[in-house]
Amino acid sequence: MSSAAPGGTREEGRSEYGVALFLGALGLLVIVQAILLPESRIARGPVGPAAVPIVVGGLLVIVAGFLALDVARGGRGEPEGGEDVELTGRSDWRTVLLLAAAFVSNALLIEGLGWPLSGAILFWGCAFALGSRHYIRDAVIALVLSFGSWYLFAFGLGVVLPVGILKGIL
Amino acid sequence: MDALTSLIEGFGTALTPQNLLYAFLGVLLGTAIGVLPGIGPAMTIALLLPLTRGLGVTSALIMFAGIYYGGMYGGSTTSILLNTPGESASVVTAIEGNKMAKAGRAAQALATAAIGSFVAGTIATALLALLAPTVADLAVEVSPADFFAIMLLAFIAVTSVLGSSRVRGLASLGLGLTIGLIGIDATSGQQRLTFGIPELADGIDVIVVAVGLFAVGEALWTAAHLRRKPVEVIPVGNPRMNRADWGRSWKPWLRGTAIGFPFGAIPAGGAEIPTFLSYVTEKRLSKHPEEFGKGAIEGVAGPEATNNASAAGGLVPMLTLGIPTTATAAIMLAAIQSYGIEPGPQLFSKEPELVWGLIASLFIGNTVLLVLNLPLAPLWARLLRIPRAYLYAGILFFSSLGAYAANANTFDLFLLLLIGGLGFMMRRYGLPVLPCIIGVILGPFAEEKLRQALQISNGDIGGLFEPISVVVYCIVALILLWPIVRRFLPRKAIPGVLEEAAHDIEEAHQHSGLTTAVSVERHVGVHPGDHPGDEARKKPDFGEPSGL
Repeated sequence: MSSAAPGGTREEGRSEYGVALFLGALGLLVIVQAILLPESRIARGPVGPAAVPIVVGGLLVIVAGFLALDVARGGRGEPEGGEDVELTGRSDWRTVLLLAAAFVSNALLIEGLGWPLSGAILFWGCAFALGSRHYIRDAVIALVLSFGSWYLFAFGLGVVLPVGILKGIL
Repeated sequence: MDALTSLIEGFGTALTPQNLLYAFLGVLLGTAIGVLPGIGPAMTIALLLPLTRGLGVTSALIMFAGIYYGGMYGGSTTSILLNTPGESASVVTAIEGNKMAKAGRAAQALATAAIGSFVAGTIATALLALLAPTVADLAVEVSPADFFAIMLLAFIAVTSVLGSSRVRGLASLGLGLTIGLIGIDATSGQQRLTFGIPELADGIDVIVVAVGLFAVGEALWTAAHLRRKPVEVIPVGNPRMNRADWGRSWKPWLRGTAIGFPFGAIPAGGAEIPTFLSYVTEKRLSKHPEEFGKGAIEGVAGPEATNNASAAGGLVPMLTLGIPTTATAAIMLAAIQSYGIEPGPQLFSKEPELVWGLIASLFIGNTVLLVLNLPLAPLWARLLRIPRAYLYAGILFFSSLGAYAANANTFDLFLLLLIGGLGFMMRRYGLPVLPCIIGVILGPFAEEKLRQALQISNGDIGGLFEPISVVVYCIVALILLWPIVRRFLPRKAIPGVLEEAAHDIEEAHQHSGLTTAVSVERHVGVHPGDHPGDEARKKPDFGEPSGL
């Protein structure tokens, strides 16, 4: 299992440098942003708002360097296992992208359509992305969940989620 | 006694019918969610956090205590009935527990876990009630400089956990600290890292970060590697133990409590080390060492008790100093903060009703857990068969619901996905999640203390070095330089039990493929060539000081 894990081969180790690059770039961004902070008129105390970000950015840059060194010396981050995780084979990007699409569509539709519908779309879309092909059953479960959670939040917790086009019906 | 009176008052708060109902509901929901595969205690709490939004702070925390214990117990049920543990603290439980289950003793394994958790949880909560007020009294005297030093220690300790790569731990900490920086700086009013986005001015809601890292990140990561074949769930009857099982269990429970509580109370990063220590101890002391590896009940009883005791121990620094040492404690702290209550040494004097109500409800939650879980175990086992498509769709559904309900803002949903993507990347490249969440929550607090300390000393850097903080900095330096220090020590100087625990951790990692990058030094002459994957997985020990 371990030898076939992603990142096990030298070629795939290259993407680990991407992590180091990301950390380094983020560190630089934090530092630059801190340096560009305008002079504050209400600042109190000897430590300004830029000091800590510069230290944190520095930490990121240094860690990025050590990480690159570790990867060069053959170190690999071990992908996390879990109850339903099978680490043989590559990441299934199609599933991940479909999930992200369902997620984004909920974010875009929640205020217009309302949570009872957008939430149902989210659940149904995720179930579809994960390989469920019981379209009708999935839709029923999705609607029960989204309407149920809307009522639970509205009456149980006093939090009113968007009603959208169902205004006046719920 | 003062603590006792306060505790009785706490029971007065917690035992109202309404609060009792919340405790009960918390345990039920916590166990039900925690038992679902792929959902650990931290994710359980993050997902259920929004449910407590409509409640008053005391009721919410009481419900939380129930969720906390329920989530932890649910996690061990999963690891006993399915071999693959969901989080590092239950790795050990899985070793013997699953062997017991396969040998037809699932009922006994679940019983010893439940009763052991109850015993350990009760004793450890009592210790918490006795110790915490004293610690809080002492902590009130602690100066900002010392506070900063202690937080630095917490940062370093969570990144340097035995058995994981520390450069990756530090990377995760740095990411968390960066997220914590986002927003308006309270002292100067400057916007940091907001890039002119108004939604970022108040910083990123900790709930969004926690749900993103733990729930969305985990769901996306699992979806990318979903096991397509159905998992094998071992059927289970009502948990029960015979006389021999009791005889073999009670000592491990007590020893586990003794190991777990102190480890939880010091900021040393999680339950992994103490549970392994407990396992190794039980293996050595057992009258049946030959059963270890084949399903020894001591190997379930000890680590499970340790796990619960260390969770209660972890509440000592959380309640007295406002410093969380585990992911679950970190999220609980975030929940307390979301009510506008500032955690720290003043919590005991300012909010006695809340603190003692919480401690009392830990006792109640623990008891409810036992009462509820012994008869309901077969039902929980059935939850393990939930179709995976619905499980992970449900996680994403409730994550979105919770993140949106927190601030009623669509922007948070996009942020949630972004942070979920970060969580995905961290899981892919072996960056541990714990240092990140600790960085998000403690980072702003540490900065505040640093600035206070330097304000008191008028900018003199020497103001950071007070007696307590110097000691703490020495410990920090020792942890950072340990791999170098260790080379100059004679081999015998390293405690044998720790060494063995480190070895066992590594073995378990190899079998389960769990958690973060492993870079514990290999032992000389241990099973040469036994594991074909060894060479590929061997990582250089990375111990250089990082210039901090």
